[in-house]
Amino acid sequence: MDNKNIKELKVSAIENGTVIDHIPSGAVFQVIRILKLESFGNMVLFATNLESKKYGKKGIVKVSNKVFAPQELNKIALVAPHASIIEISDYQVKSKKIVEVPDEIRGIVKCFNPNCVTNIEQVSTLFTMVDKEEIRMKCHYCEKITTKKTMEFK
Amino acid sequence: MKNKSLVSINDYTKEEQLRILDLAQEFEQNPVQNILQDYVVASLFFEPSTRTRLSFESAVNRLGGKIVGFSEASNTSVKKGESLRDTILTIANYSDLIVMRNPIEGSARFASEISPVPIINAGDGANQHPTQTLLDLYSIKKTQGTLDNLHVAMVGDLKYGRTVHSLVIALCNFNTTFHLVSPVELKLPSSVKMHIKEKNLAYHQYTNMDEVIPQTDILYMTRIQRERFSDPLEYERIKNSFNLSHDMIIGTKENFRVLHPLPRVNEININVDASPKAYYFEQALNGVYVRQALMASILGIK
Repeated sequence: MDNKNIKELKVSAIENGTVIDHIPSGAVFQVIRILKLESFGNMVLFATNLESKKYGKKGIVKVSNKVFAPQELNKIALVAPHASIIEISDYQVKSKKIVEVPDEIRGIVKCFNPNCVTNIEQVSTLFTMVDKEEIRMKCHYCEKITTKKTMEFK
Repeated sequence: MKNKSLVSINDYTKEEQLRILDLAQEFEQNPVQNILQDYVVASLFFEPSTRTRLSFESAVNRLGGKIVGFSEASNTSVKKGESLRDTILTIANYSDLIVMRNPIEGSARFASEISPVPIINAGDGANQHPTQTLLDLYSIKKTQGTLDNLHVAMVGDLKYGRTVHSLVIALCNFNTTFHLVSPVELKLPSSVKMHIKEKNLAYHQYTNMDEVIPQTDILYMTRIQRERFSDPLEYERIKNSFNLSHDMIIGTKENFRVLHPLPRVNEININVDASPKAYYFEQALNGVYVRQALMASILGIK
């Protein structure tokens, strides 16, 4: 077995499902929350602070018997902009793609403006992305810009 | 434009804005008409306002409409903890149109999404105040004969002044050259400048207004509030350099006019008031015609 395979085995392979790789180490738990895996019924494997040639350290999440809709997965681009999404079928890679920052973010992020109606009334947040590189998004309600620095998850 | 809520100035296209201004001109010539007699307008002011509330109510009254509502939230069910959602859904049953001012930012957008009747935003915190923008546009058009290719100077608190932000954004449709005069701490935010840059329009920034006044067609003054400064000494140092007095407008262009959203404190000396170039009180009157035009249009009467 060569080195590459030994590394892969730090997290067991899954037979069918989705692997989310190249997550920044600090963002693994956020990814789990965004994808609502805390309350998911199938097997979920995850690891953080794995060695990565590209990023130094990385995290990985493997979700058994689950294929996510692209709009679902793209939400994690907010915290893991370079994550790869690998669909696994019968232990084989069926498809591999990179997440894309979505044009609209609904529900998962809090508006940073404490005087915004979304922080006062029962209304879910909605943002339109104005800068996908820097992650700057405009609140549909108060029209203020929430950035990477001020971003908090609900 | 029937039933089309107005929350942010950009909810209306340039053509729709111009249509309101044309209609406002009709109302200026004929401000008393009985066209709203079958309508009830709800005027919900969750925080105090003088000009905006009274000009809306004056506009409705002169058109024969009825008004229900309140001028502060303290003796309403909001005080008992009622949500904005419930307040809006209830009052929508009693009215054909809701005019709302609320200190919570985004409240008007939210209300417009849940309300079965149209909403006019009369100010949502520091966010938007689109009817002020429309009356500013009307005042500029009326005094200059056009909205196109003007030199407009904005003076004072350009960072927090929502009327400035909305007016700059609206004027970006008219090839305006902007002269932005403010203390360094209160410069126009980049989120607003972005609109000027997108349209490739010229803008110049200054920290005092002397060199600007002779070149401009419109001088839009705003109030600088002491509490905006982290250092009170800085406020004391600059406060007088953003005040306008009569000697400063001598030799200005024939069409030059001074505008101000009001209330003013010290930023325009009362010795300017008598000048034919002082336009701020007429500007406030124009608010009635613009609001008449807007309501008639949203109710589908005009």
